[in-house]
Amino acid sequence: MARNGVISWRRRSSDQFDGSDLSPCGSEEVHVLAVDDSLVDRKVIERLLKISSCKVTAVDSGIRALQFLGLDEEKTAGDFNGLKVDLIITDYCMPGMTGYELLKKIKESSTLREIPVVIMSSENVLARIDRCLEEGAEDFIVKPVKLSDVKRLRDFMTRDVGDRVRSDGGGTTHKRKLQESSDVSSCSPSISSASSSSSSSQPTTPSRSPSPSVSLSEPSSPSPSPSPRSTGPRSPSSLESPTRRLKMSSCCD
Amino acid sequence: MEVGQMQRRLVEFTKSLFVEGFLDGQFLQLQQLQDDSNPDFVVEVVSLFFQDSEKLLNDLTSALEQQDVDFKKVDAHVHQLKGSSSSIGAQRVKNACVVFRSFCEEQNLQECMRCLQLVKQEFYLAKNKFETLFTMEQQIVAAGGSIPATEITSF
Repeated sequence: MARNGVISWRRRSSDQFDGSDLSPCGSEEVHVLAVDDSLVDRKVIERLLKISSCKVTAVDSGIRALQFLGLDEEKTAGDFNGLKVDLIITDYCMPGMTGYELLKKIKESSTLREIPVVIMSSENVLARIDRCLEEGAEDFIVKPVKLSDVKRLRDFMTRDVGDRVRSDGGGTTHKRKLQESSDVSSCSPSISSASSSSSSSQPTTPSRSPSPSVSLSEPSSPSPSPSPRSTGPRSPSSLESPTRRLKMSSCCD
Repeated sequence: MEVGQMQRRLVEFTKSLFVEGFLDGQFLQLQQLQDDSNPDFVVEVVSLFFQDSEKLLNDLTSALEQQDVDFKKVDAHVHQLKGSSSSIGAQRVKNACVVFRSFCEEQNLQECMRCLQLVKQEFYLAKNKFETLFTMEQQIVAAGGSIPATEITSF
């Protein structure tokens, strides 16, 4: 039930590029690589992305993700596998290679580091969020992932893809600009379905729209720790102190 | 029973699931992902959850029966269950998992075993509720009616 104007607009524009969604240029369709070891979560994220007009490839581990991206242990990432990936969205807690480790591998690769990586986690731990953003993650989404989270990513991605198609290497500059303008974002309560349509009326930055309840008392620890009390805000900006952001979001309830 | 009546019953039942805390907002998200191109999405995801989690519960049971309980392993299983129950909006199952995890951290075997019982209880209760919900939906569709959209204004 894709309900609002943003989604149907996207579908109209991708209609113009009929059948050309495998070509790296000239297609508006965003290709997302989703990485999650949970079968249920993979099914949900896949549907969330598809309903937001994204092409999706879903894999169950970091290793498989790297294989898909052409960055195996055995061979160096020479030439791209042909299916250009515009965004990688990965779970944080996974057996074997964590999302954080996957993020690092991607950012260390000269061929892949330009691809924006978004981390998802059920745990709203500031230290974790900061670490991921510092490593170059574009955004950090607290699970469970909602339609409004994906729409926000989608809006950001389409602008970014457009820029990359138009100008070579313009992606980085564009991202920096986006980050600078991601200050006080409009707070959108997440439970009522009506409000998510109002928050997507303009293409905003990967701005971290927080959800109503906020926990300021997160323990800052290097190892992932469960935080039972937090239902937490979504994803903070890397430029502002997380605490300040959280305060803003709590008063905008 | 005529279609209108069935639809009203479904609406009331669905509301009760939210009021009683069985479901939370994430379930509404799932419903939004269902459309004519994916008319069984909710049933599919929920069924997947119950299948997948049944195994997890068995693993949890045997992990807690070991001579030397590996609490990290137990916690990892509960974390997984917490995550997937949260993804489908099964709030009470999720909350039971949250409590369970705190006892894993404490390495309190007795409390963990109690928590496992509670989680299982909530799991089967939720399964029951979902089955009822889906049966009611099926009956409406079979009678030629459409499923009314869930409208939650305040709770």
